[in-house]
Amino acid sequence: MGDTYLDLVNRGPGAAIAARLGLPRPAPLHRYRPGSPLLVGPALVLGSGPDADAAARILSGPPRGVDGVPDGWGLDVHRHAVPDERYAAVLVVLTDVTHPDQLAAPVLEAASTLKRLRPGGRVVTVSRPALPDDAPALAAARQGVDGLLRSLAKELRGGATGNGIVLAEGVPVTAPSAVAALRFLLSARSAFVDGQLIDVDLDAGRLPDDWDRPLAGRVAVVTGAARGIGAVVADVLARDGATVVCVDVPAAGQALAAVANRVRGTALQLDVTAPDAGERLLEHATSRHGGLHVMVHNAGITRDKLLANMTADRWDAVLSVNLAAQLAINETLLTSGEFVDAPRIVAMASTSGIAGNRGQTNYAASKGGIIGAVRATAPLLLPFGGTANAVAPGFIETEMTARMPALTRQVARRLNSLQQGGQPVDVAEAVAFLASPAAGGIVGRTLRVCGQNLVGR
Amino acid sequence: MSSPRPAYVLGGNRIPFARAGGAYAHASNLDLLTAALDGLVARFGLQGEVIGQVSAGAVLKHSRDFNLTRQAVLGSPLSPRTPASDAQEACATGVETVVALANKIALGQLESGVAGGVDSASDAPIVVGDRLRRALLDANRAKTAPQRLAALARIRPKDLAPVAPRTDEPSTGLSMGEHQALTTARWGISRQAQDELALASHQRLAAAWDAGFFDDLVTSYQGLTRDGNLRPDTSLEKLAALPPVFGKRLEAAPSMTAGNSTPLTDGASTVLLGSAEWAAAHDLTPLAAVVDAEVAAVDFVHGDEGLLMAPAYAVPRLLARHGLTFDDFARIEIHEAFASTVLSTLAAWESDEFARTRLDLPSAVGAVPRDRLNVHGSSLAAGHPFAATGGRIVATLAKELHRLAAEREGGGPVRGLISVCAAGGLGIAAILEAA
Repeated sequence: MGDTYLDLVNRGPGAAIAARLGLPRPAPLHRYRPGSPLLVGPALVLGSGPDADAAARILSGPPRGVDGVPDGWGLDVHRHAVPDERYAAVLVVLTDVTHPDQLAAPVLEAASTLKRLRPGGRVVTVSRPALPDDAPALAAARQGVDGLLRSLAKELRGGATGNGIVLAEGVPVTAPSAVAALRFLLSARSAFVDGQLIDVDLDAGRLPDDWDRPLAGRVAVVTGAARGIGAVVADVLARDGATVVCVDVPAAGQALAAVANRVRGTALQLDVTAPDAGERLLEHATSRHGGLHVMVHNAGITRDKLLANMTADRWDAVLSVNLAAQLAINETLLTSGEFVDAPRIVAMASTSGIAGNRGQTNYAASKGGIIGAVRATAPLLLPFGGTANAVAPGFIETEMTARMPALTRQVARRLNSLQQGGQPVDVAEAVAFLASPAAGGIVGRTLRVCGQNLVGR
Repeated sequence: MSSPRPAYVLGGNRIPFARAGGAYAHASNLDLLTAALDGLVARFGLQGEVIGQVSAGAVLKHSRDFNLTRQAVLGSPLSPRTPASDAQEACATGVETVVALANKIALGQLESGVAGGVDSASDAPIVVGDRLRRALLDANRAKTAPQRLAALARIRPKDLAPVAPRTDEPSTGLSMGEHQALTTARWGISRQAQDELALASHQRLAAAWDAGFFDDLVTSYQGLTRDGNLRPDTSLEKLAALPPVFGKRLEAAPSMTAGNSTPLTDGASTVLLGSAEWAAAHDLTPLAAVVDAEVAAVDFVHGDEGLLMAPAYAVPRLLARHGLTFDDFARIEIHEAFASTVLSTLAAWESDEFARTRLDLPSAVGAVPRDRLNVHGSSLAAGHPFAATGGRIVATLAKELHRLAAEREGGGPVRGLISVCAAGGLGIAAILEAA
């Protein structure tokens, strides 16, 4: 789905006029391609202490832990800002701050680089969560990072993003999920993730042998895979090495077959609301592909109506397809004894489920419900090295949003820090990240893919 | 060459059948067959796979489609190194391709195969008349301009009229319906019995769709998600109100209507076949073995037998070869070309006289238990794209037998019988057995 305005303000006279008038100038975002370098340009790692050193070591070191550190990415890493250098990424490690006074030095040093940050640059903070038991000054310093990061992200331009990693107490910066989150946020895979803080709860998960194929050997089921975001999720999971079972209703069979053939997976025509849906998809995955490791709940519908005009069939259809169906499928998977090899559940939430949206009470209830469901489901999977998480897309350029009235659509897609709609692939990249074996330490969280939409957190 | 081994039906895929001029009005045989193959490949994860042989055919076929099946393979995600062949045996084409490939698998000549069939009554070939055709060919062969002009000068305006496709019997000039009307009269099949059979076909096919039975047998195409001919809400009253269309010049009261005859239909079907080894290597579950088959033909030209009665001969021979009776079959599929074709065939099998005079048997072949006959509906409801019907029946029956066997667990063999009549006085019968 095209964004004519974005094209206009990035070319020739359109660009000059937009600059003169002070119009929003969304930058074309770089997307991930297998084999392309993680960063083009040097990275700056700021902060003092062992965590900052370890993080710098991961960015600069040799691959696959030959020197005892879990992985190294061979980047050109600076530990202090070199004047006039154009950085591709700035990593600000703040895990050892104990008082708000300690924020100034690293933050202001990072600030000195921002005007020359490369297009599509990355600013990533690493910090610890503020807890009720913390000393007030410690909690203040840690919570301060939250406000700092979210504001900084709103100031970045040129397709650059600002995101954070929040390491639970006791989780080292070298934990697999911390390393994978760092890699995800630095890479073009997170192009439309902005102003977000990814919580890493546990030192769990396993780093991939090949960062271009983190899902090698994994079998994934994607519901709603015939079109839209689901079809692209199937593409991205397959690109990352997974065998993909593409699920959609029989009526979408032709499109579903095309997706399954494209990703060299299998098509399973199935209504997710059928009572035996969980058994059928599990049977298909295990008998045909030898197991089931990743369950992506993407199937969803909208039946918008103001609550005052809501009908039972509209309410029930949305809650049943979007929420009840996946609860039932999860129940089947969890009790089957087959979903035990570092299983991953990734469910599709929505910013509507976080911030609310007029006319979408039923949809927002289902999407909010998903956020609660993954939070409560993840702990049940922990004994198997498993987890459950959600992705909450903001405005994404799909067939569904293409049907919005033109003006509403133009406004909606500018209401975020990147001033544009995301692409389905941006959502799919986040799903693939949470589906990966490395994400085992991210427990019951919801990751927004919204370009830092102005509504909600 | 090794000794025969079992050949299995591993699954199937078809597109919903559409009434001619309906959803697939502008799709070609190649489009339809490729769509059915695409769905099969997607269902079974066969992308890039070299299948031993794909064999399919069409009854109404353009001359340009001389390599129809091979072209469909090349347009599909199967490996382009997959061999393919075209076959044609009127409405028996689909079952014949299944039998032929199963036999090759049994003999060790193939490990896997895809059988299929397709027909588009909407995109049927229109040809020019013989006089125009000869003149054009002569002009093409001419060496000089005057010779070419002379050849073209033979063309008369009336030669320009195209020749519409016909499914009439070339030997008799009678349509299939008129032929069946003779048989209907011969066996005294009542209008009500025909309408009841048609109603059951619609009700059973609708129930199967509602139950999701076709979820892993059919892939939607061009917006059509169920068989376009299916009328779930039809009734005996509605069927009884339809005017007769065949047999109106016979002495007996005409009884064959648009409701108890199959309409012209577009569609395509495929069946995946393989050896036990190939199935295991591809993590696929055999549904049913292709046990045996029998073809027959009757002399309808001289009025010795009805055009569509050949299965009445093929089935008893097949049963005799295996020492089986109808009671030994859990399911029986008789293609519903017309309701009265099924009823005439059943009547023949129940007739002592037919057995003695026609089959050289001491007494009647037997009565088909009606609760085992076409349990998920058949061609009257689904429609009948000639060469595609066999694949529909084989895949449906194989799944049903496998389901029954799983339900019964540990009983005797769960067998299914197929009987398909075809133009030209042809018929084919086959036995499947749950794996």
